[in-house]
Amino acid sequence: MQLILESLFNGLAIGSVLLIAALGLAIVFGLMGVINLAHGELMMLGAYSTYVTQLIFKLTPLKQFYNSYVIVSLVVAFVVTAVVGIVLERSIIKRLYGRPLETLLATWGVSLILQQFVRSVPLAYASGLICTILIGLIFHIILPKNSLTYSQARIAKVSSWVFSILLGLLSANWLSSSISKLGRASARNVDVTAPSWMRGGFDLWNITFPVTRIVIIVITIIAVFSVTWFLKQSVWGMRIRAVTQNRSMSECLGISTETVDVLTFGIGSGLAGIAGVAVSLLGSVGPNVGGNYIVGCFMVVVLGGVGNLLGTIIASFSIGIMTDLIGAGRLLTIWPDMPAPLATTVDFFATTSMARVLIFALIVAFLQFRPSGLFPQKGRMVEG
Amino acid sequence: MSITKRLFVGLSTIALGASITACGGSDQSTSCVDCDDQVTVGILHSLSGTMAISESTLVDTEKMAIEEINAAGGVEVGGKKYEIKYIVEDGASDWPTFAEKSKKLIDQDKVPVVFGGWTSASRKAMLPVYESKDAFLYYPIQYEAQECSNNIFYTGATPNQQSEPATEFMFKRSPAAGKPFFLVGSDYVFPRTSNTITIEQVKSLGGEVVGEDYLPLGNTEVAPIIAKIKKALPNGGVIINTLNGDQNVAFFKQIQDVGITPDNGYYVMSYSIAEEEISTIGPEFLAGHYGAWNYMMSINTPASKKFARNFKKRWGSDRVVADPQESAYNMVYLWKAAVEKAGTFDDNEVRKALIGVKFDAPQGPVEVMPNHHLSQTVRIGQITSGGQFKILESTNGPVLPQAWNQFEPSSKGYACDWTDSKKGERYPL
Amino acid sequence: MKNSFTNKRLFSFLVWAAIIAAIIAAPSILPVFRLNLLGRYLSLAIVALGVDLIWGYTGLLSLGQGIFFALGGYCAAMFLQLNSATNFPNQIPEFFGLYGVQQLPFFWEPFRSSLFTLLAIWIVPASVAAILGFLVFRNRIKGVYFSILTQAALLVFFNFFNGQQKLINGTNGLKTDVTLLFGQMVGSDSMQRYFFWITAVLVILAWFFARWIVRDRFGNILIAIRDDEARVRFTGYNPTLFKTIVFAIAGGLAGISGALYTIQSGIVSPQFMTVPFSIEMVIWVAVGGRGTLLGAILGAVIINYAKSLVSEALPASWMFIQGGLFILVVTALPEGVLGWMQSDGPRNLLSRLGVRRPLSTYPGLEERGKDEVKL
Repeated sequence: MQLILESLFNGLAIGSVLLIAALGLAIVFGLMGVINLAHGELMMLGAYSTYVTQLIFKLTPLKQFYNSYVIVSLVVAFVVTAVVGIVLERSIIKRLYGRPLETLLATWGVSLILQQFVRSVPLAYASGLICTILIGLIFHIILPKNSLTYSQARIAKVSSWVFSILLGLLSANWLSSSISKLGRASARNVDVTAPSWMRGGFDLWNITFPVTRIVIIVITIIAVFSVTWFLKQSVWGMRIRAVTQNRSMSECLGISTETVDVLTFGIGSGLAGIAGVAVSLLGSVGPNVGGNYIVGCFMVVVLGGVGNLLGTIIASFSIGIMTDLIGAGRLLTIWPDMPAPLATTVDFFATTSMARVLIFALIVAFLQFRPSGLFPQKGRMVEG
Repeated sequence: MSITKRLFVGLSTIALGASITACGGSDQSTSCVDCDDQVTVGILHSLSGTMAISESTLVDTEKMAIEEINAAGGVEVGGKKYEIKYIVEDGASDWPTFAEKSKKLIDQDKVPVVFGGWTSASRKAMLPVYESKDAFLYYPIQYEAQECSNNIFYTGATPNQQSEPATEFMFKRSPAAGKPFFLVGSDYVFPRTSNTITIEQVKSLGGEVVGEDYLPLGNTEVAPIIAKIKKALPNGGVIINTLNGDQNVAFFKQIQDVGITPDNGYYVMSYSIAEEEISTIGPEFLAGHYGAWNYMMSINTPASKKFARNFKKRWGSDRVVADPQESAYNMVYLWKAAVEKAGTFDDNEVRKALIGVKFDAPQGPVEVMPNHHLSQTVRIGQITSGGQFKILESTNGPVLPQAWNQFEPSSKGYACDWTDSKKGERYPL
Repeated sequence: MKNSFTNKRLFSFLVWAAIIAAIIAAPSILPVFRLNLLGRYLSLAIVALGVDLIWGYTGLLSLGQGIFFALGGYCAAMFLQLNSATNFPNQIPEFFGLYGVQQLPFFWEPFRSSLFTLLAIWIVPASVAAILGFLVFRNRIKGVYFSILTQAALLVFFNFFNGQQKLINGTNGLKTDVTLLFGQMVGSDSMQRYFFWITAVLVILAWFFARWIVRDRFGNILIAIRDDEARVRFTGYNPTLFKTIVFAIAGGLAGISGALYTIQSGIVSPQFMTVPFSIEMVIWVAVGGRGTLLGAILGAVIINYAKSLVSEALPASWMFIQGGLFILVVTALPEGVLGWMQSDGPRNLLSRLGVRRPLSTYPGLEERGKDEVKL
């Protein structure tokens, strides 16, 4: 019993990381049919935002709130990656709708640039850039467009951007002067230290439950619930679902598909940011951190099928549990007297690297029965 | 096919041919050996990719050593002073690229010596290049040995200069003495070979290795490994850690969470964690665990302090020095000493002259042995909460290097000696 | 007309003469290091041809060609290692001794034969590709789904090869430079010159082969699958079969390419199966021009050449350049450079800059021949 419980918890822990990482990817894929290869790099940006937030919270005026920086960084990471995602969508992906393979390549290019960007640009200036874009976008939304004449609107637009650039520069300057670590470019991995209440674990039924893992599970659950609520209950969620089901018909009914695209991509990217926070609590933060998780996300998406959150959830947890069962060699403990040939096979795969091989083989085998994943989309399209 | 198409084919072929010829022509003479009073050496480490973080520190140290030598007048050969210039090439954390860039440095730049490499895989990739072209590589990292090339000079520790004393310490004198061992490593050659040796050694000491596991490079999901450790070592024990780079961060953060800590009787001995890594991982996760090196920043000698001070002065006050950097520093000086002893830059002469060269390194005296390795002092340290090692033990003077391991059955009873043409790479003792 | 015909013949003869002369002369013009690089890039052109066949013509974006590339390399390298392992204990390559392996794993036994190896270099990757392809295509998995599945497969192969020290030397991979072939050291300059010639000839052969494939009915079906697979199926063809065949062909080409690349770079290792390398293969084709075979060859050679030049000068900037290239090519030049040129790109650019194009009126049309008119 204890064994099963421990195994279940470990699987849940691994699975929740996979789920939070794959959630955004799956939503974007479901709506736009686009796989964002830069998703891992958005996670990386989220992880770096956690790092920057942590450093800001070490400054004197905020020091007393240091223990709660993780919660703030969730918001920061969401906003930062959502902004980057929106810029990405508006500048590149918009041009490539209907050409998913090209999108794949373009986003790979973006991922290379983002990786090199964090290596060669000091974090303070990167944060300043994000600030500029964020403030500029906010002005873009709040500026009253109808009441102004053409020339007035132009002036307002230009001055708002000038203003945001100034603010961005100011914030970059402030960051680099008050936190010297952020003022230099570095390819070095950095470290996010969890606040003291998140370290350690507590024992229950002879099992140690690490607090970090539990926090991540909770974050994942909240994220999944809010996304579900948003999609099912809110107006824009309804519009997103409508566009997912039939783009041209929704457009005919007056839904601005462009806004829906921006919104979806922004949310998908923002979720990558939240995944970045989770990941930063587990390991180090570096330019390659996203690449470590992206293939796991792909496996989840392939197994879970398109456009169904439940599929994504079940897929993540089953992959998580399988990783634990196979990789930690638990099968042998659960079933000690399995026949010898089977036991040697299980033993052969009982390392983390070989577990991946086996899981992939199982997924390919599974696809032979259910080619479109766990929950295939139903519809009348020719292409199933 | 239309005429234009054909025309295009023709034109592009000609253009290709022309560009190749042009490149071939223009790529000559980017460097000059012995032109006047300069000598150009090659530096080959990863400046991009996953290994860039570690390897760039070596480039910094090698540059510093070269600058120091130049400031002191350069290399003196045949009564003439030569200034050292260097060409830095990027291995891009990709083993085949290391081989490619080695070929470039040897064939095109015609450098007399290359300082380079970090991972064993990169060295193994470069080795055939240097052997087939009979060139000379200096390799600065502690490694698994079981290799003794006439064309490589190894300034890092062999297992008997790092892992063996460390294993013995853990088994006999550490707080976890006599307890079972668990071996964790990244999935590549150094951890695998090093662990094979450790298993044999623990067996001969009368101890028990209860498990080993390897994490694929680039994977940071350590939960299954931690589960295995908890199962295999329910009452504490020794964990020998040969994980690489950022995998260490995930590992140490998460073992602390599940209670695998010195307080609960679990002691981790790491072979790849030096001062640089301690500051990245965070001392609060590492305090109380162990490390074994030839050089530690906390060595309290004038040479050691000067090395650390100069490095900070040159590259910034928040930088640290560690064992790999010290090896890299030594090898530049050892090369200089050998060239001066040989009186020429010629590979073969320098190689002969190198054996027996002594140098007062930051770690203490080192000497080049006939098997192309260094005799070095071994130190065992415990990581303090200040991010440094508290040196618990150090060997009485330098330890002789063994290129062929004496615990591993396949190499037991063999040794390497390049000064005797009858002995060579591998001969029975 | 007759006159122009002989002109064409003469012209193509001249082109081929120039190419052959360039190939023969290259070793004496280029320094060894650059010749070796050129040889390696030419061998990469073969894998690019395969990518072009499956992506440019059939519309299957495989991000896992590195699997087949590496398999070909492993076959060649193991043959060379076995061939020169007579001095080692148990007559097996040296590295096995490090892991305490006494006997050669059974599946390597046949690689002692050179004939078998020559066949295995392309048959092994082609059959792996065929099996993988069949399992995937059978279920009508395609598009992005297919791409990420191939990428996952790539990573799995990488993990497997990386972890299997006792079978294939794990991360270290297999070296070929100090092995012997016909009593000569493979890494020696004279051998490398022969390899260059062999590579150059094979690139030309592979180009002819690929052209032969796409020229006829078969090629038309491939293009039809790319453009509308459902319609092909309704017309009575079985797309699965064609896709599997072309995927296997691309796999075989990748294997040959990998073997040539391995003997010239001196090492094959799981690094050939990393994700970036396989995606790079796609960008060579994309830049050169998808759906144009020559574009694939030129793209592979030129981009790799640029990469080695840039990374010598400014190592950090290559990632930016490469990333920018990916974005630029798919947004601005979806047909690649060659495709852009063939589809009147330069003239459009000129006309944008104010240079008028000559009017295509009736008499001119007839004189120049119909296929010249593309408006």
